[in-house]
Amino acid sequence: MGHSATGGHNYINHEKGLWSWLSTLDHKRIGLMYLFSVLTFFLMGGFFATLLRIEHLTGGQTIMDANTYNRVFTYHGAVMVFLVIIPAIPGALGNFVLPMMLGAKDVAFPRLNLASYYIFMAGAAIALSALLFRGADSGWTFYTPYSTSTNTTVILFVLGAFVAGFASILTGLNFIITVHKLRAEGLTWSRLPLFIWAVYATSIVQVLATPVLAITLLLLIFERVAQIGIFDPALGGDAVLFQHFFWFYSHPAVYIMILPAMGVISELIPVFSRKPIFGYKAIALSSFGIALVAFVVWGHHMFVSGQSEFANFLFSIITMLVAVPTGVKVFSWIGTMYKGAIRFNAPMLYAFGFLEMFTIGGLTGVFCATLAVDVHITDTYFVVAHFHYVMVGGAIMALLGGIHYWFPKMTGRMYSEASAKIAFWLVLVGFNLTFFPQFIVGSQGMPRRYWSYLPEFTRLNQMSTVGSWVLALGLVWTAVYLWRDMRKGKPAGDNPWEAQTLEWQSPSPPPHDNFIKVPVVTDWPYEYRS
Amino acid sequence: MSDAHHGHVVEHPGSKPHVVAHHFNDADHEFDASKQGMWVFMVTEVLMLGGLFVAYAIFRGLYPEMFKAAHAYLSVKMGATNTVVLLTSSLTMAMAVSATQRGERNKALGLLAATVALAGVFLVVKYFEYSHKIHSGLLPGGLFGTEQNAELIKNFPKAPLFFSLYFMMTGIHGLHVVIGMGLILWIMKRTSAKEFGPHFYTPVELVGFYWHFVDLVWIYLFPLLYLVG
Repeated sequence: MGHSATGGHNYINHEKGLWSWLSTLDHKRIGLMYLFSVLTFFLMGGFFATLLRIEHLTGGQTIMDANTYNRVFTYHGAVMVFLVIIPAIPGALGNFVLPMMLGAKDVAFPRLNLASYYIFMAGAAIALSALLFRGADSGWTFYTPYSTSTNTTVILFVLGAFVAGFASILTGLNFIITVHKLRAEGLTWSRLPLFIWAVYATSIVQVLATPVLAITLLLLIFERVAQIGIFDPALGGDAVLFQHFFWFYSHPAVYIMILPAMGVISELIPVFSRKPIFGYKAIALSSFGIALVAFVVWGHHMFVSGQSEFANFLFSIITMLVAVPTGVKVFSWIGTMYKGAIRFNAPMLYAFGFLEMFTIGGLTGVFCATLAVDVHITDTYFVVAHFHYVMVGGAIMALLGGIHYWFPKMTGRMYSEASAKIAFWLVLVGFNLTFFPQFIVGSQGMPRRYWSYLPEFTRLNQMSTVGSWVLALGLVWTAVYLWRDMRKGKPAGDNPWEAQTLEWQSPSPPPHDNFIKVPVVTDWPYEYRS
Repeated sequence: MSDAHHGHVVEHPGSKPHVVAHHFNDADHEFDASKQGMWVFMVTEVLMLGGLFVAYAIFRGLYPEMFKAAHAYLSVKMGATNTVVLLTSSLTMAMAVSATQRGERNKALGLLAATVALAGVFLVVKYFEYSHKIHSGLLPGGLFGTEQNAELIKNFPKAPLFFSLYFMMTGIHGLHVVIGMGLILWIMKRTSAKEFGPHFYTPVELVGFYWHFVDLVWIYLFPLLYLVG
């Protein structure tokens, strides 16, 4: 596809052949490699999820035995967390968009960027290779002492997560320095796009939290290999210490997953509302509020672990504080849409989907943060529904919105709006049909991670399973039309959304060096007048 | 100036010119970004090792008497020797960076070689310490030789935990020493190839950073493990 200003040259045809992709230092190509890898893992994680839901068509055995079920839910969780949601927005969309939004030619350390990708893939390969042996059945949380005593291949599984963690650390490091050092002339901090603010805050969390997971997983591996006893009470260790270490990373990891999603939404809403963003500073700073609070709430995963009542009380109160910066964002987004001239393109539909689903996920999070209520709903399907509303209803919706939004920039072609609308409604309806019933069975006491359930939960579980089929249909359909339109879609033009962030000032697809003329910034990127 | 694909070129007589990566404005810009990146990397190292220090603090709080009894099995003499060795290596490393910045290539090479040699001495001492521990069954958790150390186990059944921490902490530190040696050798190779000089010395300075950090970690490990109580 030619572009007059560049003589038809762009990052896709800049070099040819598979090797030119595998050895590329171009952040845009690395971003696309992440995108394809992450979507492949998403398909895999989704396949595991579908198996789990089919198993729950009946209370007894449907298609697999209990031991297989344990492995499948472990893989579903681990793949979705470590290989899909954590790397998806920063690794794929962030890599492609972040340097362009800054008016830079690349990230600060392009070789490190490529190394991150391969480290990520190596981690994935190691973790998934456990499938060839006895799999792993510890759940994605690897709780001791079960993870140190089960006869499944937990070591490979943990080692994979350990290795993939370094990719996350190095990507975060790269983005932090890029934002500090490679902003275009005139692009002051108060003019930074909100996606940059969000990814920057995420990067700080990645850099500060992930190393703690690294040492935790390393200790866990040595616990299995050499019985070092740090987590084993029989040897003087402390099993709850593992939980503290694990959640010290894994709670901030929740924000590693949701903050970039909020960044995407902050871009979509002003562009498709044709109005300046409401509360720019509040949105930017609330990302840091969330990042900060993220580090001091990990104990809310451990209300029934036997930690002190006083700690429970403190963690409960601080957890509720998360609602404040989150609320600031949600109300600012709504304020932006108010009296705007809203365009209902697919990215905006996903932004609406995000707002509603994420709000349900967020509010049910307050239930979980309330001590007395949590004692009742701990380890039930209520919690499963809660975090799926945040992770799928929030993070995945934003990912889908972001993919549609930047699709024309990445490919130079437009996706089919009609196809995308059908997909959106399938996803939205399927998602709610899958997970809303889980709030109900959870509040009635159906425990999570169990292979079977009592007969009274049958109807709601069957609803949930049917919902998972609708959701899967929507996602598969999305893959089909995006694959088709990537090659056969109508030429999109450089700026089909009339957006103001810098990436849209470049040709679609962009040239190897991102811009024909290095941009100079004179204003913030949200000066829309409807 | 240069075209878009190749950045600035900085030169120094007798050295190979350095081409600044295309996305940086000039050599200073590139140097500042690299240095800032290294600082952030140091932060991640602190947090990773932080987990071990937290575990140490918790178990020392739970079993203070055991820590006191078990630490007596470590050799203060060897630990102190290694402290002096590493501190000296930090000095030679700092001097090597300074020599590179002044363009004194042969002096820099000599100082880097001294740094690697001192790191080697550290590992040799560590080897003797480890073999003595292994020989005496003073090993982590489940590998602990309970019969060889019946007295210690009788009085302090949790003593293996101290050796778990000892081996994890010094082992991960030792791994950093080995990586550091590899990095210094790599810097030496590039110094020999005349890549560094007053015009460009980023890798030398950053490896220096790393080496001082490795040294600093040992400064914490030595009193925590060898000088308890």
